[in-house]
Formats: sequence, C-alpha cells, structure tokens
Amino acid sequence: MTEILQVVFDALSLGSLYALGALGIALIFGVMRLVNFAHGDTMAFCVFAMLWPSVDAAAIVFAGNLPAWLLIPFILAVGAGLSVLSEIIVFRRFRNTNPATMMIASFALGFVIRYFLLMLYSSRPKSIDLWSNLGLPVEILGARIPLLQVITIVTAIAILIALTFFLKRTRFGLEMRAAAENFTMARMLGVRANRVIMLAFALSGMLAAAVALILVTQTGTADIQMGGNIMLIAFIATVIGGLGSLPGAVFAGFLIGAIATVMQVVLPPEARPFRDAFVYAAVIATLIWRPNGIFMPKSAKQRV
Amino acid sequence: MAQKLAADMVSVAFEGLRALSNVTLEIPAGRVTGLIGPNGAGKTTCVNVLTGFQKPSMGRVMLDGLDISGLPAHRVRQTGIARTFQSGRLFADLTVHENLEVTGVGLGLSRREASLKADALLDWIGISALSDRLAGGLPYTDERRVAIGRALMLEPAFLLLDEPAAGMSAEEADELSRLIHRITDEVKCGVLLIEHNIGLVLKTCHSIYVLDSGEIIEFGTPDAIKASEKVRHAYMGTQADAEGEIL
Repeated sequence: MTEILQVVFDALSLGSLYALGALGIALIFGVMRLVNFAHGDTMAFCVFAMLWPSVDAAAIVFAGNLPAWLLIPFILAVGAGLSVLSEIIVFRRFRNTNPATMMIASFALGFVIRYFLLMLYSSRPKSIDLWSNLGLPVEILGARIPLLQVITIVTAIAILIALTFFLKRTRFGLEMRAAAENFTMARMLGVRANRVIMLAFALSGMLAAAVALILVTQTGTADIQMGGNIMLIAFIATVIGGLGSLPGAVFAGFLIGAIATVMQVVLPPEARPFRDAFVYAAVIATLIWRPNGIFMPKSAKQRV
Repeated sequence: MAQKLAADMVSVAFEGLRALSNVTLEIPAGRVTGLIGPNGAGKTTCVNVLTGFQKPSMGRVMLDGLDISGLPAHRVRQTGIARTFQSGRLFADLTVHENLEVTGVGLGLSRREASLKADALLDWIGISALSDRLAGGLPYTDERRVAIGRALMLEPAFLLLDEPAAGMSAEEADELSRLIHRITDEVKCGVLLIEHNIGLVLKTCHSIYVLDSGEIIEFGTPDAIKASEKVRHAYMGTQADAEGEIL
C-alpha cells in the first residue's frame, strides 16, 4: 500500500512539472500558433538569475540568498520579463509569417539565450543549495514522501486553479480565450491584440520560472542545458493533448509523468535504463490512435 | 444615433477583377433595406466595405456626414456599425454568453457590464436558455440568432446581416423576419438584409437594392422589385427569358 502511494506521489510530482511546462507552451501556441522552443532556455535563464556571473565551478549565489517571499516573485518576474522581451524584440516581427518560420525563430532565440548564459557562467554545471531542507521526507498515510514532492503537487494545483480562474472569470482571460480560438475575429471585435499576446507571454514566462524553481530545488544544480529535456516532454505533451487545448496539455503532462513513473517500477531492471524509449513508444501509439491529440479543441474541428 | 449609412460611388477591384463598380446605396435608420442579387454579384463584398473589412479601391463610405472608409473593422464597429457573417463565425469553444461578453469587452465595457448586457440581450432575443451552452455545439438556426445577438451588443446604429436565413425552414425564416422588425422598431437600428430567400426579403424589407455583376441595377419598394423587368432578367438570364420558359 505504502509502495503504491509512493508511486502515486512520484507520478503526480513528475506530472506536475510536465503539466506546468506544457501549459507554458500551449498558452503561447493558443494565441499565436507559435511553438516556442525557447521556453526551456527561459527556464535555465531563470535559474541562473539567482547566481552572480562567473565561470568558476562553484556557484556564487546572489539573488538566491533572498528570503523565499522575495526570491519567488523575483524569479517569476525574471521569467515574465524575459518572455515579454522575446515577444517584443523577436516574435512580434514574425507575427504574420508562417508557423514554421516562427518556430525556427524560437529555436534561434533559444540558442541566443543559452549561449548568453554560456558566456557569463560557462557550460559547467554548478551546484546550488536552494531550500535543500525540502528534501526531507514527511509521513503521509504511512508512506515517507519528500516534502518537495508535496509542495510541487500543491503548487501545480494552485497554479492550475488560479489560471483557470483567470481565464474564465476575468476580462483578460476571456479576451485571451477568444483570441486563442480565432485571432483575426477577436481583433475585429476590438480585442486588443498586442495586450493579449504580451499577457500570454508574461504568463508563460512565469510558468517557466515556476518550473525552474522546482527543478533547481530538486536537482541542486544549475546547468545551461537544464531546460532542454523538460521542454521536449512539455512539447510532446501539448501535441498529445491536442495543440491549442490547455486542459489537454495539462492532462497529457500528468499522463506522461504517470507513464514514466509506472514504467520505472514495472519494467524489468535490465530495461529500465531504456525507460524513455518505452515512454516515447507510448507517445507514438497515442498519436496513431488520435492523430489530433486527445483533446481536440472544438474550433479545430472541421464543421460540416 | 446616426441616421444614415451610405456607400458613395464605391468600387472594389481584386487584382484587376471588378467586384463592385460605382455602387451607391443608402441604409436609413429604423428601416430594413434589402440587398439581393445572383451569386457572385458582390453582395458580401459590399458588406465588407461598409464594415471596414475591405477597403474600397474608389469611393467613400459615409456615416451621416462622416467619411469612415479608411477605418479598420474594430473602429467601424465602435462607431456603431455591426455585422453578422454567412457562416456564423462564433467562438466555438466559448459559451453563448461569453461570445456576447467578449464583444462587449472588446468595445470597452468591463467584464461585469458586458455580462449584464449579454444577459439582457439574450433574454430580449429569447435565447436565455442557450446562455451556458458552448457555441460550437449549437444547431444552425440558434447559431444565427446568437450571431445576431453578438452583433447587437451595445445597440449599434446599423446592423448588416449577411444571409441570416440560409438553411432555415419557412417557419424559422418567419421568426427571423419578426426578430428583424423588432430590431428596427425597438433598437431603432437600420438593418441591411442580404438574402437568397427572396420571399423573406420581399416580406421584410421597406426598400430593396438589386446588385448584379458588381453594379446596382435596380432600387425600389418590394412591389416595384417584384414587377421589375431588369431584375427578372438578371436572375433568370437572357436565354430563359428569351424562350419564355420561366414565370
């Protein structure tokens, strides 16, 4: 029983991370039809914002020393700021180009961010000790669960509820959903396009920052490559969920987290190092079963 | 409220192809004006020009004394000229209520004001029951009525309806006709009705323009249009007319 509970918590906390990542990509895709491959590098940038630039192996923690109630808003602001800047400096110029061009631009931007970090901090991973006491286990129903996992899950759920409230209840949320479905039409109705897009970027940047904070607390390392893996899985989650569907992205994020965790347990030990191959095989199977994703938005359906 | 929306010698050319030539028409407030014509006559282009979705190549669009031809669509909407589209074009993933709300918000209302307005309007049209349904799942006729509701947000001075009765049964078209008259009588809107359903147009409109190959070929009361030789000619084609097979 306690073992199952352990697996459930593992799955939920990994899934939370993927879901938050996927949501950051799906939000931007919704309003701009842009798959933002710089999202992972935005995460890395947020982590390095805690450090003072240096190429030494030891990290010189700077902003990271702030108390949590200051550090968290600071990192969220860094994520939102970088993301909004990317829109103003880069993506705005590509708004009327085709999606492939925008995607290439996002790759390029990702490289720019990554090599900017490389220049300031070198490519060596640095260890950071951020809230390491969160790794201590707490007892829940007899199972010993690391406190960080519990916090991750609770944070993710809180963010999801807040975002749902924002999208459903506020005027900006309403404008954003309308723009996500039919940008031209929303614009014709007087929805202020630039504001909606900037807001989507700001939210997406904050989601990247939240993921970055969780990642760095979990691993205790800052690495300029650190956003790469989660970006890939988050992207896959948005595709499986049905591009353009926010609930789909969240659901698929949790699904991939669950599949990965369960496989870690049930695969024979010799096969475990190749777990990701099995996870991606499951992804391919899902896409063969539902080529448009599990949740296809109504607006994407062909009407008869 | 503005008294008159008019096209003044409007021409539109798409890469050399003339969609409209020297179209002059007038939509007075509080009345229903019809615009009919065979397929490809330029009716939708005409609506697009009047609502800022299409810039005229020549000529002007006048709202009372004001030239509004250069304005983008959302500015035109703010001056009080609303439209519906042939295919509804609602936000399928939003509820009916939210479809109206977002229009109100786009026009500068707060979410709360927009929500109240949407409630009142849905009630006025008689479709409050649909309020929380997703617009994407609505039957055809309901979708049209929601589209009209969305266009009526903040009581525009003019409402341009692009084939609102397409696919409707006779009874549904009758109901639409009554709704249009309520709009002119109670909202005091000037309505431009584009329709293929000639019966509906003859019954609903006070006056009718006939467009053929981008030109206005006739204008008059429903009775005058019914009797017009030119209109019969445009609709039936010279061949049939010469052989006297139809009518």
